[in-house]
Amino acid sequence: MKNGHWEKNLFQLIRRTSVDLPSDVEAVIRRALKKERKGSHAWWVLNAILENVALSRKNDTPICQDTGSLTFYFGVPVGFDTNAIVAHTRAAVAKATRQGYLRQNTIDSVSGASYDTNIGSASPVFIFQQQARKKVDVRLIMKGGGSENMGSQYSLPDVGIHADRDLEGVRRCILDAVWNAQGNGCAPGILGVCIGGDRATGYKHSKEQFLRRLADKSRVKALARLEEKIMKDVFKLGIGPMGLGGKTTLLGIKIDSLSRVPASYFVTISYMCWAFRRRGVLLGPEGGVHRWLY
Amino acid sequence: MIKELEYPFTLAKIRDLNVGQRVTISGRLFTGRDRFHKYLFDGGKCPVDLKDGAIYHAGPVAIRREGVWVIRVAGPTTSMREEPYMSRIIEQHRVRVIIGKGGMGEMTRKACVKYGCVYLQAIGGAAGLLAESIKEVHGVHLLAEFGAAEALWDLTVKGFSAVVTIDASGKSLHRRIERSSKKALEKILK
Ligand code: SF4
Repeated sequence: MKNGHWEKNLFQLIRRTSVDLPSDVEAVIRRALKKERKGSHAWWVLNAILENVALSRKNDTPICQDTGSLTFYFGVPVGFDTNAIVAHTRAAVAKATRQGYLRQNTIDSVSGASYDTNIGSASPVFIFQQQARKKVDVRLIMKGGGSENMGSQYSLPDVGIHADRDLEGVRRCILDAVWNAQGNGCAPGILGVCIGGDRATGYKHSKEQFLRRLADKSRVKALARLEEKIMKDVFKLGIGPMGLGGKTTLLGIKIDSLSRVPASYFVTISYMCWAFRRRGVLLGPEGGVHRWLY
Repeated sequence: MIKELEYPFTLAKIRDLNVGQRVTISGRLFTGRDRFHKYLFDGGKCPVDLKDGAIYHAGPVAIRREGVWVIRVAGPTTSMREEPYMSRIIEQHRVRVIIGKGGMGEMTRKACVKYGCVYLQAIGGAAGLLAESIKEVHGVHLLAEFGAAEALWDLTVKGFSAVVTIDASGKSLHRRIERSSKKALEKILK
């Protein structure tokens, strides 16, 4: 694979992800603002968030100083050279770090040393999937450490929170996680939830829910109902933006399931902060931009 | 309704603040995070006088432009990580204002009552917005030892916006919301 436009456009994808929120996320924050009492803390925080988003867009600076962990989701055609695109992506990450679109945010877990290019054994993260189409579908999610720390995995039944192996049990896990997080992880947040799978696939799949648009409803009726119900429940908790009180504790929730073994029933919850940085692009065979996504 | 608070943050000014009150801060502000707190806790010498001062839990992204430091973004970091050290620092250095995100624990809350200090919550993630209120970078200390994100930045700010979530009488908005949301949760699940 020739370098062509790959590196350049992957760099653009990182830059766009870092400095601007997807329009669906911004729209939901705007709607949430209308529900909060004028002058309240919640209103003040949401206003500041929107102002901050506009400012980073204008100044071309990161929305949040924690530019987080980077996960690239690739949908590639049959026979595609994945080694080459990994190399191009790493080069784009290093460049984005040098230019200040990414903070030096990658650390050796044993020595504590900081890597100055953000290239580490788990940074960035690559997830590949083969697709029938000719174009290359690239999606990037940047997730801050504060929000990542709020993720949790439950093994049902869980007597502590009276959660059995059913959707009511799942609901209890989710509400428990939201209560535990309070305003940390920078509320209002977005939850990605996976019912089932094993411990590793559970987290992976819960994070993949962040690729869905906020307006998207689960195609499984029971899960779509659960998503709706949780939003109503959470509305009543009163935790609010940054945990200062208010109605907007969550901006959205996306639930899906994976099959499981009879002995295990995991409910895995990933928490995404309001600085929900998600972008994507469809690239042609030479790496040229076909279309920006989201 | 929004209270303006200016450095030096004397005991009288601090005692006058109540939980839930929004403030804008002007004047001197020092940043400090994990390594700085541990260093002071272990008896390290403080390069600035913290008395009647404010510590902001933040690791800014700073660049040097034509020999002058510019803070590009500076949002708050999670304060809870400093909980083991904070109360001793309040006691020994008479810091009067702590700024960060997420609130702090019992030890800090008690130190706020005993020595006269408040905790202010800034808006997490609003890094660019908060950086806008930084008017001047006076200097940076412990840079070689701790690196740019962990160093002590000596700043002048104007109109830095935050809300009082732990006051000097020991009231805590974090505790209040935690309790009320617990009650709401129990009701939802009944
Ligand atoms: S949780 Fe999100 S908004 Fe908050 S500091 Fe981390 S990256 Fe920024």
